[in-house]
Amino acid sequence: MTTQPLTERIAAASGASVDLAAYERAGGYTAARQALTTMTPKEVQDLVKKANLRGRGGAGFPTGQKWSFVPFGEAAGPGHKYLVCNADEMEPGTFKDRYLMEFDPHLLVEGMVIAAYAIGADRAFIFLRGEYHGCARALKRAIAEASAKGYLGANAFGSGFSVELAPHLSGGRYICGEETALLNALESRRAQPRSKPPFPPASGAWGRPSVVNNVETLCNVPAIVRNGADWFVGLGRGADAGTKLFGVSGRVKRPGLWELPMGTPIREILDVHAGGMQDGYKFKGLLPGGASTDFLVEQHLDLAMDYGTIQAAGSRMGTGTMTVIDDSVCIVDLSRNLQHFFAQESCGFCTPCREGLPWLEQLLADLEAGRGQPGDLDVIATNAQLIGTPGNTFCLHATGAIEPLASAMKYFRDEFEAHIREHGCPLRTAEAAAAGGR
Amino acid sequence: MPTTTDTQELIAALTPEETAEIAAEIAHVPEPASAMIEALRIVQRHRGWVSDQSVVAIARMLGTSTAEVDSVATFYNLIFRQPVGRHVVMYCDSVSCYVMGCDQLRVALQEKLGIEPGETTSDGRFTLLPIVCLGACDHAPAMMIDEDLILDAAPQKLDAVFGRYT
Repeated sequence: MTTQPLTERIAAASGASVDLAAYERAGGYTAARQALTTMTPKEVQDLVKKANLRGRGGAGFPTGQKWSFVPFGEAAGPGHKYLVCNADEMEPGTFKDRYLMEFDPHLLVEGMVIAAYAIGADRAFIFLRGEYHGCARALKRAIAEASAKGYLGANAFGSGFSVELAPHLSGGRYICGEETALLNALESRRAQPRSKPPFPPASGAWGRPSVVNNVETLCNVPAIVRNGADWFVGLGRGADAGTKLFGVSGRVKRPGLWELPMGTPIREILDVHAGGMQDGYKFKGLLPGGASTDFLVEQHLDLAMDYGTIQAAGSRMGTGTMTVIDDSVCIVDLSRNLQHFFAQESCGFCTPCREGLPWLEQLLADLEAGRGQPGDLDVIATNAQLIGTPGNTFCLHATGAIEPLASAMKYFRDEFEAHIREHGCPLRTAEAAAAGGR
Repeated sequence: MPTTTDTQELIAALTPEETAEIAAEIAHVPEPASAMIEALRIVQRHRGWVSDQSVVAIARMLGTSTAEVDSVATFYNLIFRQPVGRHVVMYCDSVSCYVMGCDQLRVALQEKLGIEPGETTSDGRFTLLPIVCLGACDHAPAMMIDEDLILDAAPQKLDAVFGRYT
């Protein structure tokens, strides 16, 4: 059986998007047919639980367990239930979901049909980034093709189960990736996170039971149904099951994306797949899974990329797409770039995030421009701690913003101090200064 | 920004085509106001931006207030409440593109177009805007013109790229 359930069809299509015929030739939609016509929703949930599928959007919550929180029958009350695919891939450094949706859109559609059946949802949405026009075209075509075949819509596969699937193109904003902000955005409200509890399975889209799952998570479901839980567990190299799309960007020889066993060591991803550092550049550190994950450095390179291992090292696997930082990059200015992003993308609802993040960005810009004062690093550290402590802000946006900053100050403290001592950036050449960091 | 509040213009603010497209979106959601972002995107696709008149017209069609529509329209960065050029050029300034030289790309774009981010060229051809991560980090720096993703956007490629947009 395959060891690359997410990408094997894409590899075979050599650059083209996998169409319905190719998808079905490779066994596509047999899993959905099997689930809807021979299994109960509870059996599908239990299978996915047993497979130990965990959320691929970054949080790693067990998918089958999330599904099991959704009420059925009278407990669900009258009205729709919703499945929402979080396809708002906006975590900087992340480029995995776009690839899946653009090149194998039927995989997501099939995964969503099965997931909707497992939670009894009769309405499903793909919450898609506004900039992902290629994905929107591919998904609309796939939805139309699947509907025409009777795999979607009323009485799917003749099973008696019905689900409508529609894409929603976002108006833009990173905070839409937070699942309750996403639900507000789906309802065409301002994308401010909601108070939790209640969690979406109890009260989600339009106040109804809802599940929000990441693209890659849902794309794993068809092969689990087809090949079984034991097969999926066996794909992983460590404690976590399945494969993972790992990516590397930055100054490596071959930036890219690869479907590898969960638990593949970082060094193997960097050296074997990404080809190591480009000539003339040295490895300095990396963000393991997006802008909101703590830096890892040389001492961490032999760690396995799985949820528990990376968390134990003080970071998060996040989306599994790493950004490599080389020795030509100033860590202070990089931190300023990151804080600029988080300050800009704060929804503005609560004060520590709305006011604190721009202030941190300004302090970092001052350091970079040579206006740093003794004591600035303590001010940054204190405020980073206040802003970044979960519970001090309404959602985890600010917490995520502080992860790369606090870890940068931990691993590269001397570089921060040098900016104050030398009244500016030691790395910055006159030419770079003329080009201007912002 | 136009300031007219002429009633005829308000009523005429949505074309039959726009009205039909918005009505189709309303069918997917439990209440008309839940199609607001789609409505804003539809109007913008036809006109390039969302005017005050369009905000009023959308509010009327969806049965909600203009303040509500404007609060949503101004929250989302892909909804333009000011006129833009015929083509919108967005360069990614997030972390992977930063590492791969998006600052140099931005400077080249500014020089080539003769404008700052947030501005439109005097011939109305291009508007330049920063954008967050475009999900193409293995081909950084990345940029987008209208609906086209442009990979490995080296400054020396810009002349050839711009030639495709008139």
